[in-house]
Amino acid sequence: MTVTRSGSATVTLPTDEQILITREFDAPRELVYEAFTTPDLVKRWWHANRGEMTIAEIDLRVGGKWRYVMVTDDGFEVGFHGEYREIVPNERIVSTEVYEGLPEGVSQEDGATVNTATFTEADGRTTLTILVQTTSKASRDAIIDSGMETGLQDALDLLEQAALSLR
Amino acid sequence: MARAATTADAFNAVAEPRRRQILDVLAGGERPVNDLVRVLGLAQPQVSKHLRVLREVGAVDVRGDGRQRLYRLNGHALKPIHDWVKNYERSWSDRFDQLDVVLEELKQKEEGDDSDA
Repeated sequence: MTVTRSGSATVTLPTDEQILITREFDAPRELVYEAFTTPDLVKRWWHANRGEMTIAEIDLRVGGKWRYVMVTDDGFEVGFHGEYREIVPNERIVSTEVYEGLPEGVSQEDGATVNTATFTEADGRTTLTILVQTTSKASRDAIIDSGMETGLQDALDLLEQAALSLR
Repeated sequence: MARAATTADAFNAVAEPRRRQILDVLAGGERPVNDLVRVLGLAQPQVSKHLRVLREVGAVDVRGDGRQRLYRLNGHALKPIHDWVKNYERSWSDRFDQLDVVLEELKQKEEGDDSDA
């Protein structure tokens, strides 16, 4: 099957405590929301092709818990969990997120982020934004570490791009 | 959230919009402070304050040229951020590419349901 890619995700750092992820999808927002909140569907995309998701638990109500665990191709288990704080079906989900590989000495409270996922539809296409609000420098650094650990580096390509500047 | 004025790492340094603007200007080449003051439309003390933060993390270098002080970008200091953002972005891009596949199936299923009705 051919799939129309709507473009790649963009990541910006609006402040030193926030990370903003944006991506447009060629689908109405009800479907994006469904794929985002249905465990069997989440298991099919959240792994980003870097392993297999072993756990996707979603108790989609305010105060309900979620937990995602994947085993990467090189054998690392990576887990995240949190709690839902606000749910507006097809529009908005606010939830906390804790990386289960937090360094020693960082409490779960300090290490948690508050993530706001927003689904906006225009002309049958949906823009998904995820604003990751960290609560401390410790949690931001934990996110940075988690990105490093999952082995996503493509050093040569990056070296070339990064050689001169941030632009 | 209040931010400690002394906190200085590369992420912090580039998170401030004005500082990012300074980096953008300097990406075009070395500039004296006066140029930055003009382009940013800020008072010189404010520009100097931002430049000091950027210098502390090594994101800009400065050299004296007669009476002028010239600032230039030091991309090397920013590489960790660039690397991280690109990695993180790639990870989400790959994730969302998988989501595209799921969405395509959901769309087809929905069309199928409609035609059954």
